[in-house]
Amino acid sequence: MKVRPHRGHPLWYAFMLHRTSGLLLALFLPVHFYVLAMALTGPDALDGFLALTASTPVKLAEWGLVFLLAVHFFGGLRLLALEFLPWSSRQKTFIAAATALAFLVSTTFFLSAA
Amino acid sequence: MSGDATMQVSVWRSGDGKEGFQTFDAPRREHQTVLDVVTWIQQHADPSLAYRFACRVGMCGSCAMMVNGQPRWTCRTHVSRVLKDGRLEIAPLRNLPVIRDLATDMTPFFEKWVAAEAVFAPSESREAPMAPIKPDDPRRVAADAAIECINCAVCYAACDVVASNPEYLGPAALNRAWTLANDARDGGQKARLDAISKAGGCHNCHSMGNCMTFCPNELNPTASIAGLKRATVKAALGWGKG
Repeated sequence: MKVRPHRGHPLWYAFMLHRTSGLLLALFLPVHFYVLAMALTGPDALDGFLALTASTPVKLAEWGLVFLLAVHFFGGLRLLALEFLPWSSRQKTFIAAATALAFLVSTTFFLSAA
Repeated sequence: MSGDATMQVSVWRSGDGKEGFQTFDAPRREHQTVLDVVTWIQQHADPSLAYRFACRVGMCGSCAMMVNGQPRWTCRTHVSRVLKDGRLEIAPLRNLPVIRDLATDMTPFFEKWVAAEAVFAPSESREAPMAPIKPDDPRRVAADAAIECINCAVCYAACDVVASNPEYLGPAALNRAWTLANDARDGGQKARLDAISKAGGCHNCHSMGNCMTFCPNELNPTASIAGLKRATVKAALGWGKG
């Protein structure tokens, strides 16, 4: 995918990451609630589904999910700071910090689950 | 640089029912600006090329165009900085109706300044003594940081929110509104806050920063709009004078 020339700077990438992670999380939520509801409607089916979480591909997917959650959370804090605190010229640092923290949280989760 | 070096320049042509890029071979010269190239084409290759400029020194804000997909003030943009593989692509500013070729109709851009109440509303008559405002007053400092706008519409062309929402007032009008929101002499604060909090106002901004990235005067409309967002929240909560 080619990024158009008037985009492609750190703040725009941060915006795109925040939007994309939010959309993907919104798509995940109905699935999440459906699986949780299986506790009431079909406990055996739920146990069978949860057994899948021991497999490596699902663990990798969980890493991705936690990364999306974390990057959306820290990115949201960055946006709140941008809009509600006096302007800081260190926006690129905040973007890097939010992304790095999201990697830290998700990878720690992955390593402890592995 | 040798005297006979040339470059390929694709220029957007429209009007008379046709539109598309037309390619010209233009001479490549040292210290040449993009506006120099457009002028060379108009003077030596096709006198019917329509474009707009006035001061040629980065003050009037009339010569902005899309250069290789990015909005630029062409009179202060050196070809050496933007040439890609020996080619230039020059198009009219994005997000504005095109009159012909490279000349856009700036009417919607300026109408939004009026819609944003980005106009000084005097609170005193001209007979009143001059208002004392200290240079280090925080509001004066905030206005100072945003005041050197030349109305070139580069930020307006860079903004993806303007592209997707024609109602959005845009970075330039909101930046101007922010300078006035910090003007102690201004008596139109309530009307301005109302105007910039409506649909299409400051809350539409996604803080993606295209405006601050491309502003040729290195202003920061993203920060100005964030300031307006804070001002509207303060007014809604009943803090300050609103």
